[in-house]
Amino acid sequence: MSKSFTPKVVTANDLLKGDVIYQTATGWTRDLADAEILTDEAHADLRLIEGSQQIADVVGVYLMDVALDGTAPQTTHFREAFRAKGPSNYVHGKQEVA
Amino acid sequence: MYTYNDFDKSFIATRNAQFRDQVERRIDGSLTEGEFKPLRLMNGLYLQLHAYMLRVAIPYGTLNGGQMRQLAFIADKWDKGYGHFTTRQNIQYNWPELRDVPDMLDALAEVGMHAIQTSGNTIRNVTADHFAGASADEIADPRPVAELIRQWSTDHPEFQFMPRKFKIAITGSPNDRAVTRAHDIGLRMVEKDGEAGFEVIVGGGLGRTPMIGKVITDFLPQEDLLPYLESVVSVWNQIGRRDNKYKARIKITVHEHGIEEIRRLVDERFAIVKGSFSGIDQVRLAEYKTHFAPPDFVVKSEAVFKDAYHSDPVFRSWADTNLSAHKADGYSIVSISIKKHGDTPGDATSDQMRLMADLAEAYGHNELRISHEQNVILPHVHKSDLPALHAALKEQGLATANIGLISDIIACPGMDYCALATARSIPIAQEIATRFDDLKLEHDIGNLKIKISGCINACGHHHVGHIGILGLDRAGVENYQVTLGGDHTETAKIGDRAGRGFEAHELVPAIERVVDTYLALRTDKDEEFIETYRRLGLAPFKAALYPEAQADAA
Repeated sequence: MSKSFTPKVVTANDLLKGDVIYQTATGWTRDLADAEILTDEAHADLRLIEGSQQIADVVGVYLMDVALDGTAPQTTHFREAFRAKGPSNYVHGKQEVA
Repeated sequence: MYTYNDFDKSFIATRNAQFRDQVERRIDGSLTEGEFKPLRLMNGLYLQLHAYMLRVAIPYGTLNGGQMRQLAFIADKWDKGYGHFTTRQNIQYNWPELRDVPDMLDALAEVGMHAIQTSGNTIRNVTADHFAGASADEIADPRPVAELIRQWSTDHPEFQFMPRKFKIAITGSPNDRAVTRAHDIGLRMVEKDGEAGFEVIVGGGLGRTPMIGKVITDFLPQEDLLPYLESVVSVWNQIGRRDNKYKARIKITVHEHGIEEIRRLVDERFAIVKGSFSGIDQVRLAEYKTHFAPPDFVVKSEAVFKDAYHSDPVFRSWADTNLSAHKADGYSIVSISIKKHGDTPGDATSDQMRLMADLAEAYGHNELRISHEQNVILPHVHKSDLPALHAALKEQGLATANIGLISDIIACPGMDYCALATARSIPIAQEIATRFDDLKLEHDIGNLKIKISGCINACGHHHVGHIGILGLDRAGVENYQVTLGGDHTETAKIGDRAGRGFEAHELVPAIERVVDTYLALRTDKDEEFIETYRRLGLAPFKAALYPEAQADAA
């Protein structure tokens, strides 16, 4: 029996800056709240391929799990939580601008 | 210190120009990431969790004031005003942008530095005893040999696409401060019947499958070094496992074939390779030795030192903890702790770097070292200059008196930065250091080495820590395994795994129980943690770590 599909977001690192980005319906965002939430497996696979093709803009594209709190996506693993926030020893990364 | 000749300068300039072009072609889409990645790695550029990371080689841990000042300049101009010193005597910048990296490399070249072969499946930065050329216990300064190895291994055409990375460490002292037994090749300078040579240790390594290296030859004449190294790497390059990245390091090759068979293959290869070395390497070595001539040590009164030592308890505590015996009368080796309690182990701000550069120039014959334990060393300071040096260090939070103590923790960047990490290391190190500082116990505890890795690759050397901590992802929660009794020195030993791991909030109390057990069981204050552990074994410490198991058994 196949595991039921859980909501996903396409994520990557920006080629030039190297920071964490998330795919939107029309491009990429640095804010997880604005990411396109993928709830259909076939559509998620397609969006992953589309993201991966943008080789001159992004690096390391993959699907990450999210939980839905209302309509806003939340990270489900601590690694993604750190990616979404920044390191814990300095106020650097995304938390710097937040 | 070694200074670049015209060949070195033009080599680095050419290489930097090539990389600038590669970056441009990556940005315009001519190169895919798959094509670009091996090229950027060969030039020390990683992509981490939040940003790129540039790893810059500090060859055998040696640099001068001008170079340290340039590292500070780079930190300010293209990073966030700090750098991270690593367990392989490199410095890492955590926040460069891709477009800036070629400029950073050019800035490094201005002071005779680069990032070549700090990553990738190549021979990496050769590491050495950070007290080289200064220590009272040394047979010979290993750095001319380290430079020879660097020249030989840099861009070596046979060794650019190996099964995996390859790390060499060298020490000129019987007291091993360079962790030679946990390297792919460890070299110990020895003498036999008045002749200088090397004990060659092969197949050590930490990581997923920790191994203590085995002696492949107990005496290699000095002039045979490069052909012999070439033979070892060449044999492994041929038969090393390329099918499985986790079995690719030479430690597995040695383990699978046996040291006798590897020795036979190396000897066979050596018979062929030796003839191709014309002797130019020994000419070069003789030249490199002139670059590392000892400074002109001066003889002057130590009265200022003695006065301060008797009148200033803060200075005395620092002097007792952070100074080591120098070979020259009146001199000390100063270890500057970049492990202030609560700070990130190994991180130095640009202001701190500039101060250390100034102090090296003023008091330290313009030399600095980076230790594998992530501290900065001023190898040659006259005792009469120590009070002024200490006062200056205090101004920048660099006078922490904790070298070799429980808060002098090795910690890898862990999941705060590293894409490979499975858990964080830095907050654990910060918590342990802060806790034992609060308890005001660390000077009483004495020599105790805690080493923390945020994944099984063991950059934090946890296997050879007296107390080793390994961060793992256990069902989506950070979990920390504890090993005890490891040793990184000439009596190297892999630590014993204590048992189940701890969640982050359980870990510091668990470490405290181990330390309390040591304090209760040591014969006296002179018996160090590792000695008590060797005497009593794991059992009493395990009982302290897992009191619930004791309760269940009762």
